Amino acid sequence: MLRLLSFALFLAIWWIAALLVGGAKLPSPPAVLQVMIAEGSTGALFLHLGATLARVALAFTLAMSLGSAIGYLMGRVKLADRLGDPWLILLLNLPALVVIVLAYIWAGLTEAAAIAAIAINKLPTAIVTLREGTRALDRSLDEMASVFAMPRWRAFRHVVLPQLAPYIAASARSGLSLVWKIVLVAELLGRPNGVGFEIGVAFQLFDTPRLLAYSLTFAAVVLVIETLLVQPFEARANRWRPRAA
Amino acid sequence: MRLEVDITGKTFRSAAGGTHEVLAPVKFALQSGEVGVLIGPSGCGKSTMLRIILGLDHDFAGHIARPPEARIGMVFQEPRLLPWRSVEQNVRLAAPDVADAKLAELFRILELEAHRDHYPGELSLGLARRVALARAFAVEPDILVLDEPLASLDDALAGRLRDEIATLVASRPVMTLLVTHSLDDAVRLGDRLFFLSPRPARIEAEVPIGIPRDARGEAEIAAIKAGLAQRTQGDRTERDVS
Repeated sequence: MLRLLSFALFLAIWWIAALLVGGAKLPSPPAVLQVMIAEGSTGALFLHLGATLARVALAFTLAMSLGSAIGYLMGRVKLADRLGDPWLILLLNLPALVVIVLAYIWAGLTEAAAIAAIAINKLPTAIVTLREGTRALDRSLDEMASVFAMPRWRAFRHVVLPQLAPYIAASARSGLSLVWKIVLVAELLGRPNGVGFEIGVAFQLFDTPRLLAYSLTFAAVVLVIETLLVQPFEARANRWRPRAA
Repeated sequence: MRLEVDITGKTFRSAAGGTHEVLAPVKFALQSGEVGVLIGPSGCGKSTMLRIILGLDHDFAGHIARPPEARIGMVFQEPRLLPWRSVEQNVRLAAPDVADAKLAELFRILELEAHRDHYPGELSLGLARRVALARAFAVEPDILVLDEPLASLDDALAGRLRDEIATLVASRPVMTLLVTHSLDDAVRLGDRLFFLSPRPARIEAEVPIGIPRDARGEAEIAAIKAGLAQRTQGDRTERDVS
């Protein structure tokens, strides 16, 4: 209820601002909705949205699984941590734009280059978060598992993974927001479709309604994924904690 | 089945760079069916000794002969339950082969029936201790290690749990190693008592108790305690003379 009210307030402010500055710079909500419906009825909206989502899904999965594995290794094995740390610092501080441009130069304007570039941007933060999580693992529970001779996989699943779950959730949430932002840049610079490409076109034509139609639809999808996937996962991972008052 | 402990020394390097001797040479053996008790002042190195015996710490001089196939049941000083798994899951994860009837029996003895589906965070320390006991017994251990299982519980509860431990130990052939600083627990549960010195720990005296556990009434226990008191007194006077 409160969320709806907050959304209504957002719409109201937008509408008033649109009336004040004029339709060319900021179109009113109905004007944007009209473009959304038009783009939706031709199927273009869904095509571009689908292309972007597919890229996000691939790059996100790639970065999360690889980043979690490397982060876990670096948290557990001192040698891996020592070897990997300089690379990690380099990757963390490499601007997203540099990675994307270099990927396109080296691998051509291909789908693989785009996805790899997005994944590389997300990879270091996933590694850092999971490394911290692994370092914070409770040794006394490891000892318990070892004394009771729990097989490795069972110990990993029931002793280690639940301790890492909050870190994985945090990494997924921050990672998703990072990937959403970067995927558009990658599309703008080197893909012939996707929301980023459409926004690039709209920018060249100064077509604000179209720009807003695409970015707001995209934002809505992000919101839905966040509420339907990320938040329930977090809630499930924290189910055992006594409820906060 | 037999457990032989022969530690010739254990040192530990502190963060400041100094080396500290934690354990002096310690040597003893336990048979199946026996309850050995390690008694010593707190901080004397009992827990370090247990970690070595359990194979958690390999950085020591000496040798531990433990049958490799021996199943270990352990009650740590803190319960060490998985907070994200229910009471029943905690037990079943350590003892996946436990029969439903056996588990029900254990939960009945330890009065945990009402708490099967609770998470450890919802339990009092006394209850969590009992879950840890249930877990250790559910694996049907060949070696049972109890590290201060009754510490910081009120007397009534400690007494009841002690009786439950005695019942469970009597119900199957298992060698038990109990660590405690309570002479009372030691005399009531033990077959052989090992008195440890302050750090670096060594065995000051090994005292077997001849009377079987179930034949020890309050009078016998008082007598054993009196005997022990005399003995330590005797040790002290002997040393004073020398």
